[in-house]
Amino acid sequence: MYVAVKGGEAAIDNAHRLLAHERRGDPSVPELSVTQVSEQLGLLVDRVMTEGSLYDRALAALALKQARGDLIEAVFLVRAFRTTLPRFGYSQPVDTARMEIRRRISATYKDLPGGQVLGPTFDYTHRLLDFMLEANGEPPQPPAEADAGAAEGDMPRVTDLLDAEGLIEPSSASDCDTVGDLTREPLTFPADRDLRLQALARGDEGFILALGYSTQRGYGRTHPFVSEVRVGEVAVELVPEEIGFAVPLGRLTVTECQMVNQFKGSAATPPQFTRGYGLVFGQSERKAMAMSLVDRSLRARELGEDAVAPAQDEEFVLSHADNLQATGFVEHLKLPHYVDFQAELDLVRRMRAEHEANHPYPLSEAAE
Amino acid sequence: MAPSQSASPPPELPRDPMVARRQAVMALCADGTLDDLEAVMDALAYEGAVEDLRRPETGLVMVRGRMGGDGNPFNFGEATVTRAAVRLQSGETGFAYQLGRDVKKARLAAILDALVQNPRYGREVERAMDPLRTRLAGERSTRERRTAATRVNFFTMVRGEDQ
Repeated sequence: MYVAVKGGEAAIDNAHRLLAHERRGDPSVPELSVTQVSEQLGLLVDRVMTEGSLYDRALAALALKQARGDLIEAVFLVRAFRTTLPRFGYSQPVDTARMEIRRRISATYKDLPGGQVLGPTFDYTHRLLDFMLEANGEPPQPPAEADAGAAEGDMPRVTDLLDAEGLIEPSSASDCDTVGDLTREPLTFPADRDLRLQALARGDEGFILALGYSTQRGYGRTHPFVSEVRVGEVAVELVPEEIGFAVPLGRLTVTECQMVNQFKGSAATPPQFTRGYGLVFGQSERKAMAMSLVDRSLRARELGEDAVAPAQDEEFVLSHADNLQATGFVEHLKLPHYVDFQAELDLVRRMRAEHEANHPYPLSEAAE
Repeated sequence: MAPSQSASPPPELPRDPMVARRQAVMALCADGTLDDLEAVMDALAYEGAVEDLRRPETGLVMVRGRMGGDGNPFNFGEATVTRAAVRLQSGETGFAYQLGRDVKKARLAAILDALVQNPRYGREVERAMDPLRTRLAGERSTRERRTAATRVNFFTMVRGEDQ
């Protein structure tokens, strides 16, 4: 247990001054601007927005600068900032079928309506360090352009193709009256899929990735296929009471993953593919894919599967997915625990004294 | 379970042409920059008084997604949103809600929402936004053309069915 301590103000102030100095680094090197961070370390900014659960590029970039690039510290700053703001309401659900597509790939169909576009991707790069970047060499070539064709309407989901044939479980769109919000009510178990998806969306990428990986390695196998990953901009709308119609708020960049998984059937329904879903802020395919794997494995209860693996245990997964909660509890151990430890010391001394009284001879001799 | 906010869709509104015009202006204001909106205001040269009904204020909107893209809604994550409300001398009330934290931009957007409802300024607002509309369409078209250049056709090797 942590017991408050007093004192140390001067040392703390000086430590923070030293931190600011270290953050700046060598003063002969130009200072990094927040816009440089948001423009040139964009995927890191996306990750802070996703795990901070707050879409605001400039804030996430500032948090990264302040945190010296420590991702979880940046998440902490963003989460702390959000607590200072009032909540205006809940948006209309974003419609990812109407996304302005910047990347769309499928591992299940090579020819799909709307086609596949690679967009800006690390896939198929050779992963060779580019020393031209170190030398701040030539500006990159301008992107190639091609005829985009007539403006298409909605981009159909690959899962819709399966759905049309009844080969995949239908999405339940009952528009149930309540949607759980773990920023308003503490998480309780069993948690429904709405809360699970909210927790996974903001969960630590490394943790979700490792759990998704564990399902592939056999700990709750789900036989996944990436039916589709799409990245792009979606419009967000809000219906404020005083206005009474849907107000377009602007656009967010999101990554969506539709995972198609092993069959499920029963006496009543023929075998069908099942679904796992991932949706995250910015461009983060790894997170979206891992999320969709874990979403699917956490549906074990609903789909009547034996929950035997860690990735199928919702209490385990959801209680440990949040990196800010995790770091808070782990890192609090370094704060002064003097009183607590003193009590432990007293206890262990007393136990040793009692032990000695009961065993007057050393253990090794007693055994002889 | 956390019972919270209703997820039912908004009531179907009669298609009021003014609503559609206001939504179009709001969308442009949301996508444009402060400079864009200042240029629109300059072009309009509106000189009437503007009363702040709600001073610009930044807050949060919880953004929702749908399970599987088309299923039941879930709370996906929050976004910063800035809102403002104004009333013109002529009586029209204008609102703005937009992503981000730009309070000046939100106030200008609220003024433009009020002006588009004004019989004298309405069409002028839409005309004054033409350059912004054109710029955004051009940028979108460039993005689409760049994306289109990465369109890929994979051929399966095993069966050679694609020659």
